[in-house]
Amino acid sequence: MSEPLVFHFDIDGEDFISAGQASIQIKKNLRRIGLDPEIIRRVSIAMYEGEINMVIHAKGGEADVKLYEDRIEIILADKGPGIKNIDEAMQEGFSTASDTIRSLGFGAGMGLPNMKRYSDEMEINTEIGVGTTVRMVIKLA
Amino acid sequence: MKIKDLKELLDAEVFCCEENLGRQIDSACGCDLMSDVLAYVKDQGALLTGLVNPQVVRTAVMMDLICIVFVRSKEPTEDIVELARENGIVVMNTSKRLYEACGILYSNGLTGKVKNS
Ligand SMILES: Nc1ncnc2c1ncn2[C@@H]1O[C@H](COP(=O)(O)OP(=O)(O)O)[C@@H](O)[C@H]1O
Ligand SMILES: [Mg+2]
Repeated sequence: MSEPLVFHFDIDGEDFISAGQASIQIKKNLRRIGLDPEIIRRVSIAMYEGEINMVIHAKGGEADVKLYEDRIEIILADKGPGIKNIDEAMQEGFSTASDTIRSLGFGAGMGLPNMKRYSDEMEINTEIGVGTTVRMVIKLA
Repeated sequence: MKIKDLKELLDAEVFCCEENLGRQIDSACGCDLMSDVLAYVKDQGALLTGLVNPQVVRTAVMMDLICIVFVRSKEPTEDIVELARENGIVVMNTSKRLYEACGILYSNGLTGKVKNS
């Protein structure tokens, strides 16, 4: 299969206010390529929640979006604290976010469930004290 | 209804993208929790919210919403307006509270019902 088109972003973990810039950029790029709007929406929402998570839980990280002929892969890698219990973290409503984050409209424990809802496949690799990598796949057509 | 009808019903002030006031919206949602918007909203045109920060605009972009209404006279900051302008999203504010603003729109036919959710 041919090489994927790759978009790479460094996600700044310093400030929540600018979180989501990479997802906006991806949305623009995919629109320019002319993908189906519903696919674009699913990719950008899944990535946005993941990007927010890297900022609020892991002090930033790196995002790669790979566009293959038959799928889009989103890989979000951080060197944050890791996730203690993935099953627990995947539950709707489970959150360790601060009240400050809650007052900003996030931290309701819906991020990971949303990411799963909008992707066709999702896997999380995490190690306490080392970091977390989330890989999501959205199939095309 | 058109965005300009919504503006009139809510007696709202527009901050950007006046050129899009003629665009049609078929439904709306009222919510302060952006993760809920990201989880449940589908094919809604407008977001009414009491939350004022740039993530509201980014959430709207992700969901393809075309209008944001800040309630209780909350003033969007310049960075919020700028981000919305870049993305063609009409931003306005109204003195009404969230419940009241939603009620006015609902009773004027903007029911928020979605074809296939
Ligand atoms: N990248 C990450 N690094 C460390 N912990 C994470 C990460 N992503 C999610 N988590 C943990 O999983 C929990 C649930 O995540 P999520 O469903 O997105 O909810 P929220 O972000 O609203 O807390 C978070 O509260 C956090 O404890
Ligand atoms: Mg989250």
